[in-house]
Amino acid sequence: MRLYLKYFAIHLKSQMQYKVSFFLTALSQFAVSFTAFLGVYFMFARFNAVDGFTYEQTLLCFSTMLMAFSLAEVFARGFDLFPQMLGSGEFDRALVRPRNIIFQVLAAKMDFTRLGRLLQAAAALCYAIPKSGVVWAWDKIFTLCAMVICGSIVFFSLFLIYAALSFFTVEGLEFMNVLTDGGREFGRYPFSIYGENILRFLTFVVPLALFQYYPLLYLLDRMQNKFFMFTPWVSLVLLIPGCAFFRFGLRRYKSTGS
Amino acid sequence: MKAYLSVFRMRFIGALQYRAAAFGGIATQLAWGGMEILALAAFYRANPSAFPMEFSHAVSYVWMQQAFLTLFVVWSWEADILSSISEGSIAYDLVRPVDLYGRWLCQIIGSRLAKALLRCSPILIAAFILPEPYGMSLPPGAGTLLLFFLSAFLSLGVVAAFSMLIYISNFYTLSAAGIRLMVASLADFLSGAIVPLPFFPDKIRAAAELLPFASMQNMPLRIYSGNIVGPDIFKGIALQILWLLILFFAGRAAMGRALGKVVVQGG
Repeated sequence: MRLYLKYFAIHLKSQMQYKVSFFLTALSQFAVSFTAFLGVYFMFARFNAVDGFTYEQTLLCFSTMLMAFSLAEVFARGFDLFPQMLGSGEFDRALVRPRNIIFQVLAAKMDFTRLGRLLQAAAALCYAIPKSGVVWAWDKIFTLCAMVICGSIVFFSLFLIYAALSFFTVEGLEFMNVLTDGGREFGRYPFSIYGENILRFLTFVVPLALFQYYPLLYLLDRMQNKFFMFTPWVSLVLLIPGCAFFRFGLRRYKSTGS
Repeated sequence: MKAYLSVFRMRFIGALQYRAAAFGGIATQLAWGGMEILALAAFYRANPSAFPMEFSHAVSYVWMQQAFLTLFVVWSWEADILSSISEGSIAYDLVRPVDLYGRWLCQIIGSRLAKALLRCSPILIAAFILPEPYGMSLPPGAGTLLLFFLSAFLSLGVVAAFSMLIYISNFYTLSAAGIRLMVASLADFLSGAIVPLPFFPDKIRAAAELLPFASMQNMPLRIYSGNIVGPDIFKGIALQILWLLILFFAGRAAMGRALGKVVVQGG
């Protein structure tokens, strides 16, 4: 952990060397997600509600999703850029060091410009929290935090699987973007609006709905069952196949040479 | 002219090589388009009378958008051009007896066209096969189809000429990734990439339809889907031609000024 903090400090310092470039890139991340919010706003200005969810309730869902994603992106950027790391042979250097390999990839890259997106999500969340009609009590706050934290771990697991796949293909697989970027983009609406089959897929196969749709129902008192409060924690199961798959890929790894 | 054509052909053939990437892209875009349509369907169910286009028009809009994505999106950059500016290999380009603006424009158009041609047919086939509410329909008539092709071509020109302005701005800033991302996301939004223009609130929509961004994907997609009909089509196409000319000459002028000052660092 202390080693990780040290890496953290180094990355932060190095990215702060080019301050103007850093802030511009962070600002642009902010702008990119801003247009997504604007899209949602335009849609709700026209249709007051979708599937019984109002604009503010949808924002609650979108901002937690975006927060979870951007947190995962700040810290797990190493896995996102993993194909390049394999291609350049940088990964071989990591293999000879006496530290856990997942830890090393995790610490190799951090991208703080993604905080621009986090900031946007936080602003939207601050707007949505009082207006969403949720009666905030300890259990609700706990659920909201769980949505963000577990969500970012689920995205982290997806990045891990993406990285593991590139052991076999060297190139990154664009299709994984449907699950990561797509999850973020389409998670702006509660997943139930896409119909039952999609919801089932996102519950049992790629558990994005477990930290988005079900806890949202609990927040909005649509479901009183306490179980829905804990569904985000269930979604963490994805970490197991994620790590296992990465280790499996690692065992079959052949260097690309340099 | 021959030189431009050969640049175009080189790019075209080059981009056709990445078939595996195209395959991944096709799968992604099919899933993406499907989700987009399911979301629109949910809004349609919520309040059909507030839906500003016919649902089948919106479905065609989304599928055509996904099929020709690489033709129209602003954020697809040419890595070659960017690196030639930041790394200085532009010095070689300047020695060549071909006008640089035209050369880059052909390069952009060529690679966009090739990527789109590689990807469009499987997506189109899938979109036509899909069952009733979610499948794509043919345009109202053969004339509309021809006008769609004309408008799509103009729209490609507008996108390319607009992105040329951004490449040229790179002469001044060097580290422009942030600005590029910001301008591209704004342009894509105003061209109807995230939410089609008819869904915008009325006043904003009226203003947005006059901007150059509305001459990008907005026009051809809405002509194809049947959302824009009759004399409005010709007005739209006239506007596209106007913006294309403005952006083209603005780009040439800006390029001339930028090249007058260019300093290639090191050798």
